[in-house]
Amino acid sequence: MTDPVKAFVDALLAIDRLALEKMVSGADPANSLAPIDELVVPALESIGEQWERGDVSLSQVYMSGRLCEELITGLPQFKSVEAGEVSEWGADGGSEKPPLRIGISTLDDYHLLGKRMVCAVLRASGYRVRDYGTADAATLAEHVVRDDVQVLLLSVLMLPSALRVKNLRAALDAAGQRTRILVGGAPFRFDPNLYHEVGADAFGATAADALALVRAAEEASR
Amino acid sequence: MSQITSQTMTGTEAGTGTGTMSSLQRVLTTIGQSEPDRVPLFLLLTMHGARELGLSIHDYFADPRNVVEGQLRMRAKYRNDCYYAFFYAAIETKAWGAEVIYIEDGPPSCGGPLVRNLEDIRRLQLPRVADSPDLKRVLDAIAGLRARDGEMPIIGVVMSPFSLPVMQLGFERYLMLMLEHPELFEHLMALNEAFCVDWANAQIKAGATAICYFDPVSSQTISRPEDFRRLGKPVAVRTIAKIQGPVATHFASGRCLRIIDDLPATGAALIGVSADEDLGKLKQAAAGRLTLFGNLNGIAMRRWDASAAEQAVKQAIAAAGPGGGFILSDNHGEIPFQVPEETLLAIADAVERWGRYPLDWVTSKTSGSG
Repeated sequence: MTDPVKAFVDALLAIDRLALEKMVSGADPANSLAPIDELVVPALESIGEQWERGDVSLSQVYMSGRLCEELITGLPQFKSVEAGEVSEWGADGGSEKPPLRIGISTLDDYHLLGKRMVCAVLRASGYRVRDYGTADAATLAEHVVRDDVQVLLLSVLMLPSALRVKNLRAALDAAGQRTRILVGGAPFRFDPNLYHEVGADAFGATAADALALVRAAEEASR
Repeated sequence: MSQITSQTMTGTEAGTGTGTMSSLQRVLTTIGQSEPDRVPLFLLLTMHGARELGLSIHDYFADPRNVVEGQLRMRAKYRNDCYYAFFYAAIETKAWGAEVIYIEDGPPSCGGPLVRNLEDIRRLQLPRVADSPDLKRVLDAIAGLRARDGEMPIIGVVMSPFSLPVMQLGFERYLMLMLEHPELFEHLMALNEAFCVDWANAQIKAGATAICYFDPVSSQTISRPEDFRRLGKPVAVRTIAKIQGPVATHFASGRCLRIIDDLPATGAALIGVSADEDLGKLKQAAAGRLTLFGNLNGIAMRRWDASAAEQAVKQAIAAAGPGGGFILSDNHGEIPFQVPEETLLAIADAVERWGRYPLDWVTSKTSGSG
């Protein structure tokens, strides 16, 4: 980890908004994505890894994502997007990223924190995400087909919800919809083979992993 | 709080000298940090009782007589060392006025949050346990189990006042409450503590032997250890002190190694530990002060064959069994409905085979490798 990233991580974990603002505003003004690529992404990845090792808590991961989201969407070059709101497709921050149709939801599950954290990380990284809230597999499949979603992120807490991904995949297959399904949440962490069993394309152990998976999907779609 | 002491052991449940202990003797000896006849087994089964009776999960929990019958049958089948009087977590928030949603293959869950605006916390009404027909069903099940079996440990369950707000407010709103609204937080804790104490003591009065205090938000997986010491620990200390029976704190898959030195002071005698942590390290850290229960991976358990179940049981017993102070259980406090009967039987068989004290096979393996 470079010294600036380490300092950024320390400020995130200490919830030091002033220090964070100073570091982001000091980034290269000629490159609008510099704060994202050089500070936000590596810092959130590092904090995600620390959570997996048990070195930081979920409350710190959550606050870090939220702070980064506030910072980035507050910058003049990034149009502000209200958290949790259904937003337009595409990426903030200029034309560097091609618009990727990304959706997010939980399945039959009112535990929304994981989804919220993934949204924060993606928004802090310049992506826009269409939030489908909480839905059952059939309803979500209709939304995904209607909107031709390319990448669907699913966050679940309970095992039965994780198993419902199989129903979603079957509904999308039946409709000929080739959407990449990325999953996360406790059941997938406790059984690393589960994502494959239910027909998801990949799983992420942390909210920061979701970013890497979306970036990989973006590369693959080019 | 009444403590589990050696004095308890001198009563009618003291060792018989025959070499085979009752479940209560086995559990008390273990909690006394001595080796019983075998490692106690707490298969924390709830919904599987519905399968035993051929009922839907909804219908099963609708009548406490079903739960009594289900628990008795599961105890006989799996040689369990406790009855588990837990229905589902959302039953508590229903008593506060929230909606409960039933599904076919999992625990009923909470609908949308009860409190959407933090200021509404000031208007929350403390529910009376006696006024809730849902809580009454749990009490009737405990009383029914006690009437049918005067000796077996019955485990009652409460959500900790510090963790209940996840269901009352939603997780994100609760984190903001903790971090940014200390006065409202304290107000909610006062309400939740009063409810938790009443609910726990009603279960003890109905016949529960001990209370499992579910507190995942205090785990280091969710809260920073310093936040636990500042917020969750004082709540636990105040609440557990008023519960009139032994208390086991369960972190429901959350890690606790970094806060383990703080736990004896909360009044907990046992702790439920996660598959995410090294059981051997936890045992070393508990060092005769706390009894551990855990840490079989309930999610992975779905796909275990008999050999995998045996291996997991052996590993857990080898790590934490020597010297007592260990009860074999799952890591979350509820075994998923999808775990098949064959796997549960394989776990029970493996405990019979590898859990008999003295654990010579562990000792010889250790000395052989040394």
